[in-house]
Amino acid sequence: MLSTTLCGMKLRNPTILASGILGVTKESAAKVGRMGAGAVTLKSLCHEERKGNPNPTMFGRKGQFLNAVGLPGQGIDNAIDDFKKLNDLDVPVIGSIFGYTIEQFGEVAKKMASLKPAMIEVDISCPHMEYSKPFYADEDSIEKITKMVKKNSGKIPVSIKLSPNVHNIADLARAAEKAGADCITAINTASAMKINIETGKPILANRIGGLSGPALRPIAVRCVYEIYEKVKIPIIGTGGVTTGEDAIEMIMAGAAAVGVGTAFYYNGLEAMKKITSEMEAWMKKHKVKTLSEIRGKAHE
Amino acid sequence: MNKCGLRNDIPQIYEVSRVEKEGKDLFTVFLKGQFLCKPGQFVMVWLPRVDEKPMAVSYLGKDEFGFTFHTLGTFTQECSKVKKGDKIGIRGPYGNWFSQEKNSVIVGGGVGLSSVSTLIDGMKATVIHGARDKDHLLYTKRFKDMIICTDDGSAGTKGFVTLALEEVLEKKRTKKVYCCGPEIMMKKVLELCNKYHVDCEASLERYMKCGFGVCGACMIDDKVVCKEGPIFSSKELNTMKEFGEYARIKTGRKVTLQEYSAWRG
Ligand SMILES: Cc1cc2nc3c(=O)[nH]c(=O)nc-3n(C[C@H](O)[C@H](O)[C@H](O)COP(=O)(O)O)c2cc1C
Repeated sequence: MLSTTLCGMKLRNPTILASGILGVTKESAAKVGRMGAGAVTLKSLCHEERKGNPNPTMFGRKGQFLNAVGLPGQGIDNAIDDFKKLNDLDVPVIGSIFGYTIEQFGEVAKKMASLKPAMIEVDISCPHMEYSKPFYADEDSIEKITKMVKKNSGKIPVSIKLSPNVHNIADLARAAEKAGADCITAINTASAMKINIETGKPILANRIGGLSGPALRPIAVRCVYEIYEKVKIPIIGTGGVTTGEDAIEMIMAGAAAVGVGTAFYYNGLEAMKKITSEMEAWMKKHKVKTLSEIRGKAHE
Repeated sequence: MNKCGLRNDIPQIYEVSRVEKEGKDLFTVFLKGQFLCKPGQFVMVWLPRVDEKPMAVSYLGKDEFGFTFHTLGTFTQECSKVKKGDKIGIRGPYGNWFSQEKNSVIVGGGVGLSSVSTLIDGMKATVIHGARDKDHLLYTKRFKDMIICTDDGSAGTKGFVTLALEEVLEKKRTKKVYCCGPEIMMKKVLELCNKYHVDCEASLERYMKCGFGVCGACMIDDKVVCKEGPIFSSKELNTMKEFGEYARIKTGRKVTLQEYSAWRG
């Protein structure tokens, strides 16, 4: 009932673990797979080893989650030693990459491709990082990065992950598609801030971070809806999905699959099972047999 | 006061009531107010503009609670300098807790004793405390009957806690061994427990960011230490490949435990 294909990947269900949640190690990616994910995305990696920001790097409350982890990571070279390969788990693994320059995107893509992930996702959209600022709102840069990553990824499909902190997300998705992207992931977190009023200090050490969780969902639904109008390639609709109804809504907006991150904060390792069982219940009740029957329904 | 059973994932501000020197480079910061949590749970302590780190809750009183630390890095040094009235952020409590069975032995190595201290408060048990020397012993007035071991013999018996533990396990029918301390010590404690067919629960430490099972920084094998731990049973520990061998540093790179300990200080 929930099975679907995405850029040639066979998924038993449309839920995909979003980058930056648990997927630092191969063991944790495998575990999220065992806990019911259709596919899993690893934490973003670049050409060098990074410490990320000092703590506090994240906090959560009802409906809202803020983070400014600062993209810590062991770097693609250490990851190659650590992971060996990425096509030997029971769940498809998506490798997430970034670089500070367009050339570095190419270099990291090539190394990531050598691990044979099911897909490569390109994170140009972290809202609180200097490297992504010249790229994420600029059609020209997105075209160049997409071409560079495609050139270095062989046959592995490539998804470009977009930021909601722009006024023209559909045009940016169109630019990626024109440059050869196979998929769009939308969205990354929205730029945000929280100040503790007892101390008068911003809580995140980085002061500014990214909003995720339920508060982000209406923005994500709108972005997916706008992108669907302008591109033909599939969209991984990501942002605030915690229930089966949320996932159905994302698919009606036009998503081919649904990225799930912060739901692991609210529902722990059961996050995916909750979403998929609720989706099934909803589909049964509404006599929907396959996801393609409702995909993009909001555009009719 | 935090509401019973409710955890806060956004820092709540508490006022410092006092700072006590517990030993050489060992301090406890006490905060005003009541805090509810179980023995072995931890909190994330936020010093604005400095850092935020996990700390075991080492004192649980009616109108104050505290956490104990060894001043090894910038964060703990800054913690030792806070003054009465200063404001500190606390979120949590996080993690699972010790099972609290009767006829048990509790082992605390170094500042690891602070993670089992509220467990000792709540039950009758044989307590073994090891430290490098007499100056680094913790809570000697708070827990008067502890069996003391020091590396240099300046207090108690000279030698590691495992010597004292083996003596106890030989003599006394023991239901459980609870421990916290350097991981090499805990690995030795586990081996002894296996030999004597006694169950063990150990509180593990890994580099943490979120405390609530989201970021994936604190994995040991396929276990999320902050959420599925920090306390693991013999059964789990015996199957872990990384226990006593490997840990991940801040960047997520896997290193040997020696390298990790050197980085942690
Ligand atoms: C703690 C945390 C870390 C994240 N790290 C990354 C990352 O490394 N790369 C990336 O592309 N997105 C990262 N994201 C963004 C998520 O992948 C996702 O796009 C966003 O959180 C919205 O989805 P959600 O509401 O389901 O979490 C991170 C999000 C969170 C909460």
